[in-house]
Amino acid sequence: MDLNKKLGIPSVLLYYIYFPFWLAFFNEIGVQVVTSSNTTKSIMDKGVREALADACVPIKLFFGHVMDLKNKCDCLFIPRVVCLNGKTIYCPKFLGLPDMIRHSLDGIPPIIDVRIDARQGRLSKIKAYLEIGSYFGAGRNIVLKAYCKAWIALRRYNRLLRKGLNPLDAMEIIKNPKNKKLILPAKSNLKFAVLGYPYAIYDSFISVNLLGKLKKMGVSVLTAENINPLTLAWQKNCGLPKRLFWTFSDAALKAAHYLFRQGRVDAVLHLTAFGCGPDSLLNKFIELEAKQHKEIPFMTLMIDEHTGEAGMATRLEAFVDMVKRRKEVVSTCRN
Amino acid sequence: MSKLTFPRMGESWRTFKMLLEDLGNDVVVPPRPSKRTLDLGVRYSPEFACLPLKILMGTYLETVEMGADTIVTSGGVGPCRAGEYAMLHHKLLKDLGHDIKMIVFEPPRLQPLNFIKNVRALNKNRTSIRGIIAHIKRAWRKLQALDNAEKLSHIVRPREITRGTTSKMYRRVLGWIDQAYTTEQIIETETAALQALRGVPQDLDREVLKVGIVGEIYVLLEPASNLEIEETLGNLGVEVERSMFLTGWTRDNTWTETTEMMSVKEAAAPYLPELVGGHGRDSIGNTILCAKRGFDGMIQIAPFTCIPEIVARTILPRVSRDYNIPVLTFFLDEQTGKTGMSTRLEAFTDLMRRKKRLQRGQFTLTG
Repeated sequence: MDLNKKLGIPSVLLYYIYFPFWLAFFNEIGVQVVTSSNTTKSIMDKGVREALADACVPIKLFFGHVMDLKNKCDCLFIPRVVCLNGKTIYCPKFLGLPDMIRHSLDGIPPIIDVRIDARQGRLSKIKAYLEIGSYFGAGRNIVLKAYCKAWIALRRYNRLLRKGLNPLDAMEIIKNPKNKKLILPAKSNLKFAVLGYPYAIYDSFISVNLLGKLKKMGVSVLTAENINPLTLAWQKNCGLPKRLFWTFSDAALKAAHYLFRQGRVDAVLHLTAFGCGPDSLLNKFIELEAKQHKEIPFMTLMIDEHTGEAGMATRLEAFVDMVKRRKEVVSTCRN
Repeated sequence: MSKLTFPRMGESWRTFKMLLEDLGNDVVVPPRPSKRTLDLGVRYSPEFACLPLKILMGTYLETVEMGADTIVTSGGVGPCRAGEYAMLHHKLLKDLGHDIKMIVFEPPRLQPLNFIKNVRALNKNRTSIRGIIAHIKRAWRKLQALDNAEKLSHIVRPREITRGTTSKMYRRVLGWIDQAYTTEQIIETETAALQALRGVPQDLDREVLKVGIVGEIYVLLEPASNLEIEETLGNLGVEVERSMFLTGWTRDNTWTETTEMMSVKEAAAPYLPELVGGHGRDSIGNTILCAKRGFDGMIQIAPFTCIPEIVARTILPRVSRDYNIPVLTFFLDEQTGKTGMSTRLEAFTDLMRRKKRLQRGQFTLTG
């Protein structure tokens, strides 16, 4: 494989966490990267048609994005991400992702499915990227340099996230650094925590524009990505005998634990996808946590492939109104 | 004295009861999952949790009613949800106001201290280590006897002359094995049991289809959760070979003596090289091995929303095409209508039979 080929990265799942890293890495070794377009109805429909009916929405969406990409690129980048922090792993569907795509879709370009498992030694991540580099004939030194640059890009991206930006805005700023209008979200009276997986929350199509709706209603939003990872790590096992072993679920539970205890948000929303395996447990754990903190309202929102906005909007409006009212009542009582 | 209980998985409870009683514990035998078990489980479990979690929740609540106050169960390190079950069950039971103690066995290879601690907690009689090992060996032998009887029942049932005789005999021999205590007794009753099962009047000339069953371990092993799929298939004249037994599980992981000299892991490698938790990879590997051994079809059963089996199910159509073997998947949920499953099984059996006759060249128009 040579450098003139276009590499396709579907803009779903890990895209929201690692795309700046991958983009910097591939740009440095000189590979042209194309991403799939933003989720649309037609992408969703393609995904629903191709993927197994019992799979969760994000996986169906992944299938849709791959279908969208398959004619635009010469090879697909679907790494088998097993573990990145040495402690927690990813959902089994992530682990089997390249195989699911390869064996159930026809006419797709070759897939680069390097296995990344940080539990296999300190250098395992670098080795994985050396392997990726070798697909494109990039030399060792170039890959190492690209890897360092990618790390710097990722750190910058994460720093922007901590400031309260959402991933899409942060990526935009990284893309056009000159356009340095750091529009931080306006401070508002109400502050909600939205917990859930980044690929569900930030995809405005499948989340039925949850973040946009909240913003319109004058609610500022905090997500697990906006919280410092050290703060999250400090939560340890959240009072459970062992941690949840899926990375995103672990982060969401820790964020819930932290936010409920700290009590600086007005409400907590948990966004979950229909049929999501880890979420079935995570949601119950968060719910039990919420039960102990009656002063912070909690609501679960479930998304699936249907796109009717009205139901979601009604529930959100009702919830926001109740939280607002409650806050007013509490403050007048105090006075 | 504390009363112990444990999850129920098929007939294995007979062994666990013996083992725990040998160590000096008072045991509450979990009842066979019923409609009520499921109702209780569904009421208190998360909606999208998989069926085993719900059934176990119901079973625990029932055993708590019967006076149990300690639950012995297994843990795990993922990525399958089953590893977190114990934690969630404990929290849910506490939330319902039951003060239950949990003894969770994590994989001993990763957490040897946890294993030793748990064994010590269970060892009420202060049996010596050698004694414990002897107890475990005997329990293992009993488990094997139970599994062997079940395996034979799958072979005999499709050939029986009067429907229902095998199931009746199988239930009777289970009682015999249950009564056996010493190793000699266990071996003796096992021989007697196998002989009795073989003695069921059979029609040996009957055309019998051979089907492999793969899928998630709990719904495979607990007939109450899979709507007795093996019995239904047996009654349709299908010999069933289940890929998973409690005793076979360890052996399967190092299985190189198959006719193809290939382990399940190796067989699955071209399709799914990664362990996706649960038995997703085994489902694929076993399908390939069964196809090579000339089976007529495969059935995959899994709980609704089971993550590893969804991965396997996405890949299985390709395996099915490559190896020319029909595969039927059932995702089981708390809906207990048996007719839907029977109809699908009948249709599947008819199709397999037709395919088999076509291959042999004896094609009949009426089918």
